[in-house]
Formats: sequence, C-alpha cells, structure tokens
Amino acid sequence: MSGFFDIPSDLQHSWLGLIGLHLREALLPVLFGLVCALPLAQLCVRFRWLYPPVLWVTTVLYAIPSLAFFVVLIDYTGQTELTVMIPLGVYSLVVLVPAIVDGVRSVPQETLAAATAMGFGPVRRYVQVQLPIAVPAIIAGLRIAVVSSVSLVSVGTLIGNQGALGNLLADAMFYHRPELAVNSVVTTAVLAIVLDALLVGLRVLLTPWMPSGARRKPKAATARPEPATLALEDAVK
Amino acid sequence: MIRIDSVTKRYPDGTVAVDRLSLEIPDRSITVLVGPSGCGKTTTLRMINRMVEPSEGTILLDGKDITQQPVNTLRRSMGYVIQNAGLFQHRTIVDNIATVPRMLGWGKEKARARARELMERVGLDATLAKRYPYQLSGGQQQRVGVARALAADPPVLLMDEPFSAVDPVVRKGLQEELLRIQDELGKTIVFVTHDIDEAVKIGTMVAVMRTGGKLAQFAPPAELLSHPADEFVEDFLGADRGIRRLSFFPSAGLQLLTAPIVAIDSTAEQITARDTAGAPYLLVTDLEGRPLGWGEPDRLTAGDIRAEHLLSHGRPFVAGTDSLRAALDCAVLSPTGWAVAVDAEGRAAGVVSQQTIAEAIRSAHAEGRETDRAARATQVTKAVG
Repeated sequence: MSGFFDIPSDLQHSWLGLIGLHLREALLPVLFGLVCALPLAQLCVRFRWLYPPVLWVTTVLYAIPSLAFFVVLIDYTGQTELTVMIPLGVYSLVVLVPAIVDGVRSVPQETLAAATAMGFGPVRRYVQVQLPIAVPAIIAGLRIAVVSSVSLVSVGTLIGNQGALGNLLADAMFYHRPELAVNSVVTTAVLAIVLDALLVGLRVLLTPWMPSGARRKPKAATARPEPATLALEDAVK
Repeated sequence: MIRIDSVTKRYPDGTVAVDRLSLEIPDRSITVLVGPSGCGKTTTLRMINRMVEPSEGTILLDGKDITQQPVNTLRRSMGYVIQNAGLFQHRTIVDNIATVPRMLGWGKEKARARARELMERVGLDATLAKRYPYQLSGGQQQRVGVARALAADPPVLLMDEPFSAVDPVVRKGLQEELLRIQDELGKTIVFVTHDIDEAVKIGTMVAVMRTGGKLAQFAPPAELLSHPADEFVEDFLGADRGIRRLSFFPSAGLQLLTAPIVAIDSTAEQITARDTAGAPYLLVTDLEGRPLGWGEPDRLTAGDIRAEHLLSHGRPFVAGTDSLRAALDCAVLSPTGWAVAVDAEGRAAGVVSQQTIAEAIRSAHAEGRETDRAARATQVTKAVG
C-alpha cells in the first residue's frame, strides 16, 4: 500500500519536486504577464483611446479555452511546459493590465501637477511617483493572477503530463489511488493560499504609507471573471 | 521681476482662457490673481512655469524669456504650492520636503537637514518628520506643501489656491503664517485665489480678472477697495467694501479719552470727581489697569465695586496697531456704544465713542481723496510729458 506522499514513478518527481514544478509553471507566466502589462498599461494611460481596444483584446484572449490554445501551440512548442505557460501568461494580462491602469490613474491630479511643477520629467514621474502609488492596485491584480494561474496549471496534464500537481489527478484514476487526487487538490489549494498570503505581506512591506484598515481593493480587479469559474470551464472542455 | 507681456492662451477648440494679458509682477512681494472661476487665473499662473504654454505673447523672468532655459531647470527654480497640497503619499514628510533639493543633486543628509529646518520655519513639529501624509491634518499637509516649495530656496513662489480646501480657522492661520514667512524671506510670490477677502488680506498688489481671461484691474488692495475700476470689480468686491476699506486706515490718529477710566480701588471722591467727558459710563479697570467693564457713575460704590456687576466692555482694540475697522467693530459691539482701546500689554489706553470714530473715518477718507487727486495729477503730468 502506497502512502499519501508516494508519487507514482511515471511522473519522475517527488511530491516536493511536483510543487517546485507547479510553482515554476504558475509563476513564470505571471511574471511574463507583468513584464508585458507594465508598458502596455503605461501606453493605455498615456493614450486613452488605446485602453478600450486593449481591454477588448485581452478579454477575448481570456475567453479562448486553454485546450484550444494547446492545440494551436503544440504544432510550434510541442508537449512542453512552454505550451502550458504561454496561455497562462496571456490570461494574466486580463487582470494585470486594468489593475495597473487603474492604479496609475488613481494618483491624484494635484500630486501629478505638483510633480510636474517641481521639474519631474515623464520617466522620473512614472518611476518615482505613479508606479509606487500604484503598488497596492498592482499587487491586488497580482494576487488574482497568481491564484488563477496556480489552479490553471493542472490542465497541462492533458498534454503529456505537463500539469505538475495536476498530473496526480490523472494518476489517481490510472492507479485507482483516490488519495492522489486529494493530495493534488489540497496541495494546490494550500499553494495558492500561501502565495496569496506572501503577496499580502509584500504589499504591507512596500506600502508603509497606507492608512491601515483603509486599504482599498481596486474595483477592476474584483470585476474580472472569477478564475475558479474559468478553471472549471476549462476542465470541462 | 516677472513680466507678462500681452499673453494669450487659446485652446484648440477655440476657447480663450487668457486674453492679451499684461502684468508686471514686482519682486519680493505678493501679487494675487483673483477672479471668478474660468477667468484664467490658474492658466496664467501655470504659464509662468510653463505647465501651460502661451499661444501668443512672452513671459520674461528678470528680463529673459522663460522659454530660453530648459523647462525643468525653470520649474526647479520656482516653488509651487497647489490646492490640497498634492503631497507624495508614498514618501515621509521629510522626504516630501527634500524632493527638489534631492533632484538638484544634494546629498540625502544635507537635503533632510534642510527639510527639518523648513519644517520648523512653517510651524510643523519635528516629530512629524517620519510620518506619512495620511497621518497629517489638511492644514498640516498644506504647511508641508509650502515647506516643500521653499526647500531649494527658489526666488519665486507660485501658489495655486493653496488654502482653499481647509476650514476658515485653519486658513486664517495659514495666511498669517505666509505673511510672517514672507516678511522673513522676501520671495516673489504669485498667489491665485477666488476669495477676494484673501486677496485683500495678503496681496501687495491684486490683479482682478474677469471671465474670458481679461484683466479688470491691477492695484494695491486699498486702492481696489476705494476705487474699483468698473462695475464688475465693484460687484466682485462685495457689498461691505466700505467697511473692509477701513482695514487700511490706522487707528493711531483716534483721540482716546482717559478721563472716564477708574481703577477698581478708587475712593468715592475719585469717582465723583471724574469728568466723564460725555461718556455715560465709567470704565473700571483692575489694579494692573486691565479693563473689567463699564459701570454707571451713580451706582459705583467706592470699595465695593464688583466685576460681575459691571457691563461687558466687549472685545477691545489695540491702540495704534489695529485698524479703524477694528475700532469701529469694537464700538458697534460694545453695549455702551464706546470702544475700549488697550495697549500691547492689555492695559486700558482710553475709550472712544462711535462719533469720534466716525469723524476719524471722514477725515481719513478726505485725506485719501487728497492723495488720490495728487496721484492722478502726477499721472496727468506724466501723460502730458
């Protein structure tokens, strides 16, 4: 009888190894998303007309089921981690772009005018004023993107066992070991909760200037589609 | 000196915010731009540090066109104070104030030392240095805004409705603080407000602007109140400009009567011997000479004068330093119709009736007319010459 943490050898990883893999597959796409979203959001702030089409495109991309994404990507990137991570990175944009745009826009007009009047150029103003003030909004967006990404990685099981902890779900069926499914679900959930808590901690660390108890959540981040719902939809598809 | 030379600001949609405005802003004094909303006063201010570029005309700073130096160099040489302070909410108070010195390349410690020095100058407690803006009241934030603008010791200070968002009591304090700081530092200040009382109170020169960005009148406050250029300025000054004008007449010339003053320990003879000089009541003072209240001469019993039986003397005015407006106010509020004047230490300096104050006002006005006539005569001579 195998134990709760005994992982079938076909996965070629220990339980901790799977966690490491899962983290990589979940976090790299969000990092990539953030790197893309920062300049994209700044463009949207500078050129207001750009924001609605950008929002529209990211939402449409988000609506593409991950399986459909995989089918297209497999021709180019094969049955690899990259094939799983590209859709996840694209999905994170739908949360991150509006979070950053709203964060940067939330900087009061007087603050911007004061910065300009003190001789801040546009770059200095962005880096030293707008971005730091947008940190709470950006982290609120990151929290949703990270949690959603952690849950979505599991779909990778369907393309050659690239789902990290999700692979345990398939193995639970193959080997008739339901405890593997429980392990998969619980570990994934704990992973998501821990990452979320770490991000909250990071925000507290970065924003000693915020009144405690009055920390606001940007509206846009909460108005996005629920990641859990979409993960379910993907699983169904 | 800042010289605004027939400057026009026209926006692409055709709106004219400022229309051929010419102004000479004198050095080391406060020039106030005042007018209803949409009169282009903020636009004018923002053209001075090039946050708005004029469509036509030039602005000269010490004889040089302001467009001839890099825009950020120009801006760093001008302090800017904005409504609601516009502080950087993510930086501590001391770092907010140190912003411009840091940009100018000062070391961190030197900039912070300078910031602390300025905190003291604008009346902020040193314990606030490490706080963040959200922990300060609106009035304190505004003081930080002023300190931040002064940090690099710029010769010019631009202030855009800086005190509009705070309550009247705090605003009064901030205005007095600004005047005090100005006495010490002697900056060239351009101050925008929509509040004519504020303009009259703090301005050395006041430029009244009307909707459409036109200059209605440019004059010292006293002249504005005595000779509004037209109906618009008169309306804008409000109904009680006559009373407010009295603020500019000193009370020093008032004939104060000391005869109706008795000390609380006066004997019966002293009381009856008093010639009230027309005053219906006697002013009773304590042993140090501070006023206690009015008493009817017949009812004052020597040795048994009690402060609680006396009529209130109201708020006294300080002889010499307060204006005729303050003196008149005291007389109007006093139950006896007589104002009490005190010296700087609060001792009764004399009493004065409404009639005497009214005469002083009449003669002050007459003198004002004389000087005006003289001034106009010189203008005519100049024009002819």
